[in-house]
Amino acid sequence: MESTKYDAKSFKGGLHPPDDFKHFTDKKAIEVCPLPEELIIPLSQHIGAPAKCLVKKGDEVKKGQVIAEPAGFVSLPIHASTSGTVKAVEMRLHPYGTDSMCVVIEPDGNDEWVDGLEGIDPEKATIDEIKAKISGAGVCGMGGAAFPTHVKLSPPDDKKIDKFLLNGVECEPFLTADHRLMLEQTDRMMDGIQLVKKVLGVDEACIGIEVNKPDAIDKCTEVGKSQGVKVTPLKLQYPQGCEKRLIDAETGREVPSGGLPMDVGVVVQNVGTVAAVSDAVREGKPFIERVVTISGAIVKEPKNLLVRIGTPMSFLIEQCGGLTEEAVKIIHGGPMMGNALPSLDAPVCRGTSGVLLFGKDMVRETKIGPCIRCGRCVSVCPVRLMPTTIYSAISYNEVEAAEEACANDCVECGCCGFVCPSNIPLVQAIRQAKNAIWAAKS
Amino acid sequence: MLTAIIAVGAVALFFAITLGLAAKKFHVEVDPRELAISEVLPGANCGGCGLPGCSAFAKGCVEGTIEITGCPPGGAGLVEKIAGILGVTADASEAEVAVVICQGDNVKAKNKYKYLGIEDCNAAQQIAGGPKTCPGGCMGLGTCQRVCPFDAIEITEDGLAVIDREKCTGCQKCVPACPRKCIVMAPISATTHVMCNSNDKGPAVKKYCTVGCIGCTLCKKKGSEEGYVIENFLARVDYEKKAEDINAGIEVCPTKCIRDFATEGYPEGSKLVMPNSVDQAS
Amino acid sequence: MENQIILSPSPHLESGESTQRVMLDVIIAMVPACIATVFFFGMPAVIVMAACTIFCVAAEWACNKIMKQPTTICDYSAALTGLLLAFNLPPSAPIWMCFVGAIFAIPMAKVIFGGLGYNTFNPALVARTALLISFPAQMTDWRAPGGFVTSAADLKSMATPLGELGTSLMLTGKIPESFDLAAYFLGNQAGCVGAASSLALLLGAVYMFYRKVITWETPVSFIGAAMVLSGLLWMINPETNANPIFHLFTGGMILGAFFMATDMVTSPLSSKGMLIFGAGCGILTILIRVYASFPEGVAFAILLMNSAVPIIDRYTKPTVFGTSAQKA
Repeated sequence: MESTKYDAKSFKGGLHPPDDFKHFTDKKAIEVCPLPEELIIPLSQHIGAPAKCLVKKGDEVKKGQVIAEPAGFVSLPIHASTSGTVKAVEMRLHPYGTDSMCVVIEPDGNDEWVDGLEGIDPEKATIDEIKAKISGAGVCGMGGAAFPTHVKLSPPDDKKIDKFLLNGVECEPFLTADHRLMLEQTDRMMDGIQLVKKVLGVDEACIGIEVNKPDAIDKCTEVGKSQGVKVTPLKLQYPQGCEKRLIDAETGREVPSGGLPMDVGVVVQNVGTVAAVSDAVREGKPFIERVVTISGAIVKEPKNLLVRIGTPMSFLIEQCGGLTEEAVKIIHGGPMMGNALPSLDAPVCRGTSGVLLFGKDMVRETKIGPCIRCGRCVSVCPVRLMPTTIYSAISYNEVEAAEEACANDCVECGCCGFVCPSNIPLVQAIRQAKNAIWAAKS
Repeated sequence: MLTAIIAVGAVALFFAITLGLAAKKFHVEVDPRELAISEVLPGANCGGCGLPGCSAFAKGCVEGTIEITGCPPGGAGLVEKIAGILGVTADASEAEVAVVICQGDNVKAKNKYKYLGIEDCNAAQQIAGGPKTCPGGCMGLGTCQRVCPFDAIEITEDGLAVIDREKCTGCQKCVPACPRKCIVMAPISATTHVMCNSNDKGPAVKKYCTVGCIGCTLCKKKGSEEGYVIENFLARVDYEKKAEDINAGIEVCPTKCIRDFATEGYPEGSKLVMPNSVDQAS
Repeated sequence: MENQIILSPSPHLESGESTQRVMLDVIIAMVPACIATVFFFGMPAVIVMAACTIFCVAAEWACNKIMKQPTTICDYSAALTGLLLAFNLPPSAPIWMCFVGAIFAIPMAKVIFGGLGYNTFNPALVARTALLISFPAQMTDWRAPGGFVTSAADLKSMATPLGELGTSLMLTGKIPESFDLAAYFLGNQAGCVGAASSLALLLGAVYMFYRKVITWETPVSFIGAAMVLSGLLWMINPETNANPIFHLFTGGMILGAFFMATDMVTSPLSSKGMLIFGAGCGILTILIRVYASFPEGVAFAILLMNSAVPIIDRYTKPTVFGTSAQKA
């Protein structure tokens, strides 16, 4: 790779997948996805309390209209992604796999904006006004966890923030949405960075980009030069896009176990998120669309699409020319941390970075073997856990032992499961351990 | 030779005295009733009483911190014995056994996907709600089987949990272990059960299961008004009612999801044999 | 089938490695040593290797059948154990001893512990040690390399270099004047079936490193510790102590360091743990060779350290990310 070109940084642990599968879409410009026949907008699209629904069956809604209001500080409003009629408010398949309450909208085709969406002049506005615009637009982290952005931008007074990092790592194989966004919408992203810098009161911002995206590194370095935005080239290493790994790679600071980046004076935002911040503040535009990578060897034309929230995945596949063979696995998100779905009926939500379709050759149906104690999971774990210890503890239902082995520190990056020769679903075991620990405490 | 005998004897004497003194000094008074109760308890340390083992239960009985009826595996016979030891009277409740109220194995009921992962119902439930389309159906991954301290649960080849009515002691460990709540407790004399746990409406059930309760209420209307309760599109047997009343519903059920274990035996695919089923049938 | 869709927990990509492949890689790595031993000891070595492998696989299969469990011989672990056991027997070992060895290795040392992944001790070494204690005469019936012969009777009796060292020390109080280290390195020495040729074993080790089946920690610390300790002893008194290179290329040092101590199941998980484990093996090997009544100590050293693995694992847990500041 091009690692010699840059003085690239990295972190300890993790792995280097032999193929990042990004070649399917990394040269494909973002296309705008047309309006589907039906939009399914889940009420729970972010970490925190689900939003409270404000519409009922038969209501007319306009594009950008608030259809559900936040239920608490760590919550966000949900907006209609187009104008039309509410067909139903019912349980539908959520992109995370289970059924959940969704507002189903039948578009009228006019795509009419609701009145009263106005931006503010960030030069004149106060920090609280900017934050209100960000939360009002429903902006949340676009990397996958979907944490409300305004919460991240409101550190308590005792935490002094001195570094603002941008996550342009996109370490998950297949995904190229952030890569294309950094290339094609550099100015929008830079504007968002300036706004967040103002909110946080920091002078410097750094974008971390892995060296497999040299075009994005060059473009961002050039544009960022005049705006006080630096680019840190990073070595290819999964899971560098995990917040704490990125902070480690860029600053060498170690976020304490159970702590947040703000504990070491850092705030991290995804590059897509800051672009959404720019729209929210300058134009008052709510977060109703995002870039999604549709990829996989069986997709006829893999693409990066600008998709309205609520668009069913089956519609996205149609836009990509369909499939060459029947899908055996449908994945929401990246292949390492994403979740598998039982059908393509699920919609795109705010945390959807990609939709991947795997055919037979990508799915190996091997049995789970006994752990042969090879120690590979231990050597790749970026959090320095012993995944196999947690696995054996939880197989014997020894919840305390699992807790002692720090199961709660696991970031579920999937490195251990990737390398395991016995095909043990270690991440699933650790997730079970986390549930058991939580259940034992409550 | 003599020295050796003396030396060994001295050592033996020393230890005998030390041990004797230690036994006196560290003597723990144990209530003889506690020992007596421990002896009659099943001794499987199943935890069904909520205490960490049978001896803890025995202690609790003597101290009065736990009801003497609190040992599910022991049943009525045990309650009588403990009552005798403690010199109290107790109303013995009827013993219960656990029943899996589902007979939709992987042949009879549909799966929405094929699950690859840890063989555990709770783990599978985390992945898009589990492979079985029916939200209440048994997934057959054996979580209940592994928690059962009495080895009373069988998983059939087609993936259905079946509880051995002879081995089951009613300890209830399997009940909370099932993420789909399809194990219920029923009196041991009740042999007829509605073998379905789906609260979906009839057409929905028909789509994914050939032996599910469709909430048609025929068991109640044509069978017996008394014997059945229907809630959320699901019939269930009122175990307090007479057996004739309940059995009247079996014939009329269109999906054959009411099963009398005494005459029909265990669900298809199970290798278990109902005790005395031949006698009762004849 | 309509249920074609598969759902599984993340990650949805995998390295493509399998236990089977790992075992097969180790067997492949043993091929050069197999060829070398046939070259030096002929048919007797072939018979021992074939017998041990077949008996071990058969024992595993029989255990599966008796316990009504799915057959596990396809993971090649039993075949690997068999071959390793053969490598640890003298070429003159009779077939019945291979059979007894297989009984020690598979049912006793592996299956009753819970099968692959649960055994505390390296099965091949347990079998070798059990045989050594049960049948000391046959297990120390060493033969000189005699080229491709058809039966063990054609091979002349000869002491192993370590045995020679011991005899010489006992008789004269001094070690022999000189050793033919080059011959030992190539494999021209009396010894176990697989342990003779360090060169062939090292070739196999290179393959295992290439396939990432083993990591550097255990072999490096094993050999390093053994070299340092034997080096110290040699410097103190070169008349009664052999030089470190002699220790390296004789007996089962190379076989032990690269093939036996690196057995994943019976060695620690973390890299720090592997370093401690390897060093322990190295030190114990030299101590046994120099001070104990057995001329060779690799097997005992590894078995002793196997028993220490749980405690090593316990005390070498990696510091979880984000907790180092709290501990300091």
